[in-house]
Amino acid sequence: MISLNWVGDYIDIKDQDAHELATKITKAGINIESVVTHQIKGLVIGEVEHVEDHPDSDHLHVCKVNIGKEKLQIVCGAHNVREGIKVIVATVGTILPGDFEIKESKIRGVDSCGMMCALFELGLEEKTDETYAKGIAELDPEAPVGEDPLVYLGLDDTLYDLDIHKHRNNDCYYHIGFAYEIACILNRKVTLPSLEYKTIKEKIQDHFKLEVTTPKCSYYMAREVRNVHIGESPDFIKRRLLAAGMRPINNVVDISNYVMLEFGNPLHFFDKDKLGDRIVVRDAKDKEEVTTLDGKVRVLDSSDIVITDGEKIVCIAGVMGGENTEVDENTKNILIESAIFDPVSIRYTSRKLELPSEASIRYGKGLNYEYTEMASRRACHLLEKYAGAEVLEGYVLIDHEDHSEKKLSFQPEDVDSILGITISEEDMKHELERLDFPYTLKNGTFIVTIPRRRLDIDANVNDIAEEIGRLYGYNNLVSSLPNIPIRRGEYIGDVKYRKIVSKRLRSLGLNEVKTYTLVSPEMAEKFSYEDKKCVVLPNPMSVDKSVVRKSILPSFMNVYEYNKARGVKDVSIYEIAKTYDSSYNEVSKIAGLMTGDYAFNDWRGNQEIDFYVVKGIVENVLDYMGYEKRYSFVRSHCSDLHPGVQASIVLDGKTIGIIGKVHPNITKNNVFVFEMDLNSLFGRTNKLKYKEAFKYPSIQKDMAYIIDKNIDVSEIIKTIQKTANKTLQEVSVFDVYEGDKIDASKKSVAFNLVFNGVDRTLTDEEVMESFNKIIDKVVSTHHAELRDK
Amino acid sequence: MENKKFDEIKKSLEEDLKDVEDLKVLDDLRIKYLGKKGLITELNSEIKNVPNEEKKEFGMKVNELKDQFNTFYDSVKERLDQAALNERLEKEAIDISLPSTKVPVGAPHILEKVIEEVEEVFLSMGYDVVDGPEIEEDKYNFEMLNIPKGHPARDAQDTFYIEGEEILLRSQTSPVQVRTMLKGEGKVPIRMICPGKTYRRDDDDASHSHQFMQIEGLLVDKNISLSDLKGTMDVLFKRLFGKDVETRFRPSYYQFTEPSVEVDITCVNCHGKGCNVCKHTGWVTVVGAGVVHPNVLRMSGYDPDVWSGFAFGFGAERLAMMKYDINDIRTFYNADLREAKVFDREDEE
Repeated sequence: MISLNWVGDYIDIKDQDAHELATKITKAGINIESVVTHQIKGLVIGEVEHVEDHPDSDHLHVCKVNIGKEKLQIVCGAHNVREGIKVIVATVGTILPGDFEIKESKIRGVDSCGMMCALFELGLEEKTDETYAKGIAELDPEAPVGEDPLVYLGLDDTLYDLDIHKHRNNDCYYHIGFAYEIACILNRKVTLPSLEYKTIKEKIQDHFKLEVTTPKCSYYMAREVRNVHIGESPDFIKRRLLAAGMRPINNVVDISNYVMLEFGNPLHFFDKDKLGDRIVVRDAKDKEEVTTLDGKVRVLDSSDIVITDGEKIVCIAGVMGGENTEVDENTKNILIESAIFDPVSIRYTSRKLELPSEASIRYGKGLNYEYTEMASRRACHLLEKYAGAEVLEGYVLIDHEDHSEKKLSFQPEDVDSILGITISEEDMKHELERLDFPYTLKNGTFIVTIPRRRLDIDANVNDIAEEIGRLYGYNNLVSSLPNIPIRRGEYIGDVKYRKIVSKRLRSLGLNEVKTYTLVSPEMAEKFSYEDKKCVVLPNPMSVDKSVVRKSILPSFMNVYEYNKARGVKDVSIYEIAKTYDSSYNEVSKIAGLMTGDYAFNDWRGNQEIDFYVVKGIVENVLDYMGYEKRYSFVRSHCSDLHPGVQASIVLDGKTIGIIGKVHPNITKNNVFVFEMDLNSLFGRTNKLKYKEAFKYPSIQKDMAYIIDKNIDVSEIIKTIQKTANKTLQEVSVFDVYEGDKIDASKKSVAFNLVFNGVDRTLTDEEVMESFNKIIDKVVSTHHAELRDK
Repeated sequence: MENKKFDEIKKSLEEDLKDVEDLKVLDDLRIKYLGKKGLITELNSEIKNVPNEEKKEFGMKVNELKDQFNTFYDSVKERLDQAALNERLEKEAIDISLPSTKVPVGAPHILEKVIEEVEEVFLSMGYDVVDGPEIEEDKYNFEMLNIPKGHPARDAQDTFYIEGEEILLRSQTSPVQVRTMLKGEGKVPIRMICPGKTYRRDDDDASHSHQFMQIEGLLVDKNISLSDLKGTMDVLFKRLFGKDVETRFRPSYYQFTEPSVEVDITCVNCHGKGCNVCKHTGWVTVVGAGVVHPNVLRMSGYDPDVWSGFAFGFGAERLAMMKYDINDIRTFYNADLREAKVFDREDEE
């Protein structure tokens, strides 16, 4: 949260409308999510004049509250309500945040006309166990009864809620940085706050020893102040901290937070007497322990940075201070730490210890040493002014920061070519001045010095083009198209095959669905027809999304159940998705699930989906992809499929998938599934060629056999094809019978054979010769009984 | 005698041929005249008794009679056949109002429909459609996009890590940019889009999904500017949402582009007048984009002094939600076929 009152200390914005200014700022690149104005109609300052216990409750109180023009009876449950305190009263009709309207009511039979409020109820603090425990807000005894409490507290401020995620860096998430942003938008100057203070004769460097042994601390400055008077902060500090969402504690702690919100640079205050005369900044040791100022014992490792007094740890750098050197109400002397630590390390430590704080977030985004140094002086200034501190002369400092100036030289055309428009030299100069970036311009070349406060800007033209562009206004960009050759793009690699298969499956009546890649461990093992293991996430969000699937089929059962539960009984779906095994091998799979009816006409009869419909879909896709006559279906043994109604799909001798009926243990309904490996279909087909239709008449012959039930018809067809000469063009099955008329262990199958000589007319004799040979072979090979020919 | 017979037959013929309204009658007449013992057949057989010099004339006369009969026969037969057919067709009339047979046709997934529209726009502008792995290496997903380990920009993409900090489920489709550039070896210009699945550690609710689809785009060539990106976005959104849709660029911040922008388009719901969807601004943000950062070009082998480009990325779900007025992102992954079926048709032009 940025307070406009506070920003007003550094730049004159009295003439600006808060909402219009927010729009300008957002347009220039910093998203202001919301403009919060703390004005709540109906709040008044009241004085509690009388408190008595509620006759019908052990924790409620019936209070008489003077709000100036009248006295109200209010039933209040807060533990801290008592006679004589000044409170914030929400009178009847007040609407509190969350659209909560105060109404006249009876609480356990006693009239109550209003409510005494806690700060969190007014949206001024977060609601936590801690703020809840404080009870209702208690104002100063001098607070004027009958007045608006928010005006009295100075909380009638306007706040900007910034979208920090998209934020270009942390350079705007503090009031001086934000003032600079407004300054460049409005073309005004920023005035920095006073860093002046008097010093006493003693020099800190005469007695204090500083040592940094870790490369992860590039800057460490310490100053010392004496004889502070711990007490309450002045109102303006309390107000501003509250507005920024921080709770005032005492003048010393508040000043450290205040400076952080001013300069974006966190400080740490040590109780100097507890600390002693030495600081060593070093890497923590594995399993080293420290009790932090929240009283908890933290176990560290070697990637954490710690501040020590040479022996014991006094602070986890950038994250939280130690209990042993905490500033308390008896503290007299303070050591002010102002430092820069390795952002990655701070981010790691704060995440590991689950201690994200306003300070660690800022350390974690990086700091500029100019402000680190200024923040130290600013703290001295404020401690002298508001805590009676005496500041020692000098400082101790370890400084490994790069002090060379960040300079960039460029020609205006460089910026123009990035933006695609022409900005005049004059306009560029103007934008650089607004940015307050020092520059020189000689012979058409700009040399710009990038201020250290803009950590986000590197010395490259793209960065400066962005700064100039956003201030010049992106509405001035033109709408051009790249000046490059015309061509039509293509689907590349597996995308191409995915598209082909997808379109075919749609035209065959299957609806495309998308299901989640992450599944539960139980689901991941369903329909396991390949010898593969799954990738398991080490830190999943929940168990049901903890495994990367190796098959789409388990997810399809969910889709089936979901639709069935909604009365959809005809489900024909497909999905093409990437799957992975535990070695991260990627296979795109085509999966389908079909149940219910395929073609519908209720009054004439529907085509019900069975194994052969689904098999036909699979064959159609393979034929369409150019694999005609190169695949077969072989009995398979997937335990989640019906043992007698399933098959491996084999292409060129390699298993590429499975088809079958879902096992009755999983669903009682007739549900069929298939899954194929799309990668196996990549680019292995022959070129499409014209094939002339037969010129000479074909001769058709039929034959029927009684064979054992468990012989696959495909075996008979194989025998027929092997035995026949090349005049046999086609074999088809036109009848299959099992039933009363034949032995129960047998089935009757009838075949139709088509013969054609291709370049001549066949004679009946030669066809019969071949035909009889086939019959003999089938009979002898399969113990078949010729039934009919 | 012969002439007399001729006249008799001719007369009888003319008499018989009147008002024949039945195929049976017609057939009987054929037998009567042209059957084995038919009048004309018999007459013809008498030719043997005719003197030679008259045979020719006799023959001609018989043929005349035959022709007369046949002509008549054919015309009546055709008329009667047609009548009989008409009668049959009338009986065969069906109730055309009865329900049809529903031929099975599958619908595309809503997201896929939207993605295909986007693909078509970019294919026509010369962009290839490519794909990349969903289990990805950290270096492609982050490092080579100018997001080193420990960088705060990673916070915005709470990532599913699989193996240490090295292998992950891609949190964006941007790694495909890197892979495409590496394949180009700093030598060839690039125009590509990559629609694909991405994953982030979000709890699923109406507006969040741990799995979602991003459409990534990258163009690398010579003298490419931010204005070229603007023009490209204009083409895309005018094609997707209509000619009156405007785009607007706002400055933003991404690690892999510089300058970075957010692309707003005229709110499709209220046409820019202001409504709840656009929070009364008339604009909705749809794309994150920018000029490819020189570091990113350099890391992938493209010399930023020679090459320049732009990149963009947007969510397919968000686009589909806007286009079809869907307000729960889970819709896309529930696969409710009652809803899916609706998308089996062409959209308006």
